Amino acid sequence: MEIKEKESVVVRFSGDSGDGMQLAGNIFSTVSATVGNSISTFPDYPADIRAPQGSLTGVSGFQVHIGAEQVYTPGDLCDVLVAMNAAALKTQYRYAKPDAAIIIDTDSFGPKDLEKAQFQTEDYLGEMGIDPDRVIACPLTSMVKDCLADSGMDAKSVSKCRNMFALGLVCWLFDRDLNVAFNFLREKFAKKPEIAEANIKVIQAGYDYGHNTHSSVANVYRVETKNKVPGRYMDITGNKATAYGFIAAAEKAGLKLYLGSYPITPATDVLHELSKHKSLGVITVQCEDEIAGCASAVGASFAGALAVTSTSGPGICLKSEAMNLAVIMELPLVVLDVQRGGPATGLPTKSEQTDLLQALFGRNGESPMPVVAAASPTDCFEMAFAASKMALEHMTPVILMTDAYVANGSAAFKLPNLSEYPAINPPYVPEELKGSWTPYMRNAEGVRYWAVPGREGFEHILGGLEKDDKTGAISTNPENHDLMTRKRQAKIAAIPVPDLEVLGDKDDAELLIVGFGGTYGHLHAAMDELRAQGKKVALAHFRYINPLPANTADVLRRYPKVVVAEQNMGQLAGWLRMKVDGFVPQQYNEVKGQPFKVAELVAAFGPLLTSPKGEGQKS
Amino acid sequence: MEQAHVTSSPSPLGGSRWGAADFKKGQPRWCPGCGDHFFLASLHKAMAEIGVAPSQTAVISGIGCSSRLPHYMATYGMNTIHGRAAAIATGCKVANPNLTVWQVSGDGDGLAIGGNHFIHANRRNINLNMILLNNRIYGLTKGQYSPTSPRGFVSKSSPYGTVEDPFRPAELCFGARGHFFARAVATDAPGTVEILKAAYNHKGSSVCEILQNCVIFNNGTHDAVYSKEGRAKNAIYLRHGEKMLFGENNEYGIVQEGFNIKPVKLGEDGYTEADVLVHDAKCEDNTLQLKLAEMEWPVALGVIRDVEAPTYDDCVWSQIEEVKAAKKYHNFAELLETNDIWEVK
Repeated sequence: MEIKEKESVVVRFSGDSGDGMQLAGNIFSTVSATVGNSISTFPDYPADIRAPQGSLTGVSGFQVHIGAEQVYTPGDLCDVLVAMNAAALKTQYRYAKPDAAIIIDTDSFGPKDLEKAQFQTEDYLGEMGIDPDRVIACPLTSMVKDCLADSGMDAKSVSKCRNMFALGLVCWLFDRDLNVAFNFLREKFAKKPEIAEANIKVIQAGYDYGHNTHSSVANVYRVETKNKVPGRYMDITGNKATAYGFIAAAEKAGLKLYLGSYPITPATDVLHELSKHKSLGVITVQCEDEIAGCASAVGASFAGALAVTSTSGPGICLKSEAMNLAVIMELPLVVLDVQRGGPATGLPTKSEQTDLLQALFGRNGESPMPVVAAASPTDCFEMAFAASKMALEHMTPVILMTDAYVANGSAAFKLPNLSEYPAINPPYVPEELKGSWTPYMRNAEGVRYWAVPGREGFEHILGGLEKDDKTGAISTNPENHDLMTRKRQAKIAAIPVPDLEVLGDKDDAELLIVGFGGTYGHLHAAMDELRAQGKKVALAHFRYINPLPANTADVLRRYPKVVVAEQNMGQLAGWLRMKVDGFVPQQYNEVKGQPFKVAELVAAFGPLLTSPKGEGQKS
Repeated sequence: MEQAHVTSSPSPLGGSRWGAADFKKGQPRWCPGCGDHFFLASLHKAMAEIGVAPSQTAVISGIGCSSRLPHYMATYGMNTIHGRAAAIATGCKVANPNLTVWQVSGDGDGLAIGGNHFIHANRRNINLNMILLNNRIYGLTKGQYSPTSPRGFVSKSSPYGTVEDPFRPAELCFGARGHFFARAVATDAPGTVEILKAAYNHKGSSVCEILQNCVIFNNGTHDAVYSKEGRAKNAIYLRHGEKMLFGENNEYGIVQEGFNIKPVKLGEDGYTEADVLVHDAKCEDNTLQLKLAEMEWPVALGVIRDVEAPTYDDCVWSQIEEVKAAKKYHNFAELLETNDIWEVK
């Protein structure tokens, strides 16, 4: 048996939606993270509610990238592909590297399976041009049945354990300690120990099968861990990290956390997560619609809570009027937009960055609103905290943008220590202003004071109509409206945000890559690869989009060539051109609903470095 | 009449430290004679009698003529966006259940653009006092038919008459499983104050339909009951546990006939006072209450339905307390520890 030392390896589990691929992938990433590997995961769900079993549209995938050093993406292509049925092999093989090992369940490649997967012949490997030597073909279903023959479980329950056999086989391939997986399952099925033990038995069987049968033919990969950052870690998805960020911010601010929401893919897991944590006093209201989700959050904010509403792009359309109400009433509110493919219903389960201009401008009137974006699953925590702090301290709605990719992807999360996070101090109206206070009196930062109902002497009426700067009464005075518009604008413009960080060859880069939000990992990996080729490349990645970091123009003008790469038709590029005089970047735009591919980025950016400006431009 | 008078006399109950003037603010901008003036005065009076401090009170409206109302309140409040008052009030009440929340909408705000929030607030039974000022017209946009305008109603947007049936607010409320419905005429201050106090005392969503005249665009829509004399002839004041008698000399009563109810004149057709039904606002089954609410003659006023049920806001908070008691993690640091954690050394 040969043991291959690898810097990083990508594994893709794929099968029917009901085959438990997400769970197998999750356990494998946890097992790998436990030994200190860096991990990045990406679940790829079908949009169908429940496609027919074995059909091409019903295939669900879960990709895990494990690395000895930091991995930034779930990987373009996989080194190991698990295909639980014919349809999975048919649709997922395109995500496999040319030399990838492929694990298939031969029991799921019968004539009917092949027909459903639209194979023409029984030689499915030949049809796809797959070298049989790369395939670990095992009668997986039969072996699981044998393994659990004495368990007394019914056929359906036995069949549900197939994913664990595949997991065991992959664990063998990567020389993983099975005990971590066993503990995971014992905890997950704490109330059904017999299910846990059945799964454990099947994992062990899968592992042993690999060891006994294939030890002479296949490689065992070993991904060691380098540059460990000591600490305690957990695996976290972006949506869960976002929920945790809100909880942390509410605790830091000493406020109740209120979420008004309506289920929508891919944002719903934030509602699920927050709904669990009533023991922390979190209030979640699943409203009658998106509008009420936001409107009720505005009501909760008025009442003195840290108010959040969570949604995806179509929901933002519906919430925009209530968001604007928070703009004019100058109340704190965090609006989470987990972006998906659009327009309209678009690609509900897929990822895009196409809501940026909607976030910046998609409301009537002059409606300045801070916009921030999370760069990775774990960054969702940081940005949810930052967005909450910004909303509460500057009395404004803030849009937090993530996307389906970072929301569903996961990574190892170093447990944060809240005492190391900054305080959150909302501008509560000082008691000594009682008697002289009016609703639009501002502090030194131009921020309206917050008078939470219940305080005697600060009773006041807010509303959607323009108010007089001095008295707070309804006003249609032209000068006053102009003044209030400018004050609202100035308040947002004055919000301090961290400087834009430049990574890579920051002193002498020939090309600056610019992006925002969830593409950080792919752009970083592309930069690393170009630099490994000896090219001079830097990356400036935006997390704060409105207001822009103070050094934005300086950074963008510093490098001979700039490419703005984003998963839309050029929305960030347009925003930067609007804000930075004379800035004319090259653009790399892709709207496929899938994460960038590092190889494609490298292929597109490479020519920018060696050929005259303009070539190599994708759009 | 330009504006209803508001007095700052001490509460007749003696228990409240507040007078109506303590809830009053500013100069209303409604048209002279608008029913909203009358209602506002009654609301101030009712709040004084209820005795909840202005600082503990929030008045939340949507958009429309009547939704201007919070600007004339010395309480906390918001005059928000069209149709969303019930949703905004829901968030406000759940986040801070100590506040007494009044939600004010017109028939357009509450039943057209805000119809969804109206029914769901009732379904959830959130403890809001929901005021529906019904003038059967869009006033602020200057005279279009509303979802409570009768079929055939001629307006600027229906010059040949509407070809649609109106909502009947009580039916909508009951259809959404509402537990409280009351009705008053804006000009009838005692009747209005009485139902507002009953709405406050009812725990849960309490819908008060206020029949209100728009002098400009729909003058006379509630003429039959708008004057005291009219109400004596054409309205019945319902009180829980009392016989349903009406008329200038209580010469009429409501009796049961088969599966229906009907008004009869006592002494005619053999009907006597013994046949007259006793009003039961507490009856969980809303069948007869709905029939009462939908009578065209007489118009039912007062508390038509008032049934106790668990409120949404109470349940949200008691569930939080239950889970707090059951779970071992109560802060963020403890929450982190509930996950599968590994250590890198």
